[in-house]
Amino acid sequence: MKRPITLNVNGVARTTEVEPRALLAHVLRDQLDLTGTHIGCDTSQCGACTVHLDGRAVKSCTVLAVQAEGRAITTIEGLTPKGGLHPLQRAFWEKHGLQCGFCTPGMIMTAADLLAHNPKPSEAEIRHALEGNLCRCTGYQNIVAAIQTAAAGR
Amino acid sequence: MIPTSFEYVRAKNLSDAFKLLGKHAKVIAGGHSLLPLLRFRLAQPDTLIDIGQLPQLKGIKKAGGGMKIGAATTYRELLESKELKALYPLIAEVTEHIGDLQVRNAGTIGGGLAHADPAADMPPVMLVLDAAFLLQSKAGKRTVSARKFFKGPFTTALKPNELLTEIQLPAPPKRTGMAYASFEQAASGYALAGAAALIAVANGMITRAELAFTGLADTPFLAPAAAKLVGTAGDELISQVAAAAVAGVEANDDIHANPVYRAHLATVAARRALTTALGRAR
Ligand SMILES: Cc1cc2nc3c(=O)[nH]c(=O)nc-3n(C[C@H](O)[C@H](O)[C@H](O)COP(=O)(O)OP(=O)(O)OC[C@H]3O[C@@H](n4cnc5c(N)ncnc54)[C@H](O)[C@@H]3O)c2cc1C
Ligand code: FES
Ligand code: FES
Repeated sequence: MKRPITLNVNGVARTTEVEPRALLAHVLRDQLDLTGTHIGCDTSQCGACTVHLDGRAVKSCTVLAVQAEGRAITTIEGLTPKGGLHPLQRAFWEKHGLQCGFCTPGMIMTAADLLAHNPKPSEAEIRHALEGNLCRCTGYQNIVAAIQTAAAGR
Repeated sequence: MIPTSFEYVRAKNLSDAFKLLGKHAKVIAGGHSLLPLLRFRLAQPDTLIDIGQLPQLKGIKKAGGGMKIGAATTYRELLESKELKALYPLIAEVTEHIGDLQVRNAGTIGGGLAHADPAADMPPVMLVLDAAFLLQSKAGKRTVSARKFFKGPFTTALKPNELLTEIQLPAPPKRTGMAYASFEQAASGYALAGAAALIAVANGMITRAELAFTGLADTPFLAPAAAKLVGTAGDELISQVAAAAVAGVEANDDIHANPVYRAHLATVAARRALTTALGRAR
């Protein structure tokens, strides 16, 4: 049965009706129109759906929307400052860290969690942090370079 | 896919959770084992009881030379504890390689242990450390040794009305080395075969040796063969003990590894874990 829930998304309280079984990724995309969060698999492996819950990167396809009630949700839309780009977004652009762009929101959300807790990661630490984000296009090289660039610019 | 319908209740405290627990209700902590099952409709509970945010189930504290970990403590929180890493470096080492960053942010140590995946990384660590698990229900509490907890694939000593509330780690013996070695299935990160070892040394001689496997058989288990190392200097015996520990075990068979190959991997993992643990103990 549907029930009203209030989600704190990107600093705004959003009320919507969901079934308890609804996945956070679906609610963000289909009910709150936050389509920057992508869905790329059915097995919790690709990381395209990564958002922050209380500042920590999680796969929103593996969280129930009702589980996220009362916690701070940040999506890629919330990371972007008004009228500009987040340093990670700019670095991905500059370093050609994307091709089709499908994996990019998830990559950036994971990288943002990494840099928030480890501002100067080594290349190995960046690659380790990206283990849960798959990219079918770039070969990862430029994604790593983009994250290094963003880290250096801080 | 999306899961079948269920009711969701967020437990306000432990007794609230106990009241709701029963045959058709399942608890959800991080949801990172349960939600994949629900999505494939391999589990179809009527009710989910969320215990993931209960403060009573979170936290890491020192206790009489050892430590106590709340069941709903996430892997990420384990990694952030300097005290835990100082006393049980093996836990930090293994945790860092469970799943990926996002999985470690959501998954809880208690959820992983209660789920009892036969290829999970933490159970063999609990076996060699001789951890104990506090199980609680409306009726009361009991402590079960990790060595009596894992009963089979996805099967534990937990009763349907019980929760795992705390992981209790005894003080590690003096001059102890611990290590874990595994061969991961590349896509999932789960162990095709993995071994955890703990070795204590005094005056150049091994005084205690523990070895446990995961991924090898239908449940993680402690290998009695490790006891042969006690009273020796180790070294040459290690290969023999690693082989003896795996010999006769009915190894798992799946698309990733047949039993012969898996037993071979387990032998190599055991040898590496024992060798590293011994080196660290000295
Ligand atoms: C992509 C991916 C990769 C992974 N890779 C690895 C890996 O490499 N190695 C590895 O070991 N694991 C791996 N895992 C599994 C992960 O470790 C587990 O998902 C996690 O530890 C389970 O904890 P949870 O809190 O998410 O449990 P949940 O999913 O919430 O619960 C799991 C089960 O335990 C029960 N339960 C939960 N808490 C309790 C409690 N306190 N008392 C009683 N019962 C309880 C639930 O009812 C459920 O049946 C992976 C998972 C994913 C999604
Ligand atoms: S859609 Fe969430 S991990 Fe792939
Ligand atoms: S840029 Fe296409 S999947 Fe990464």
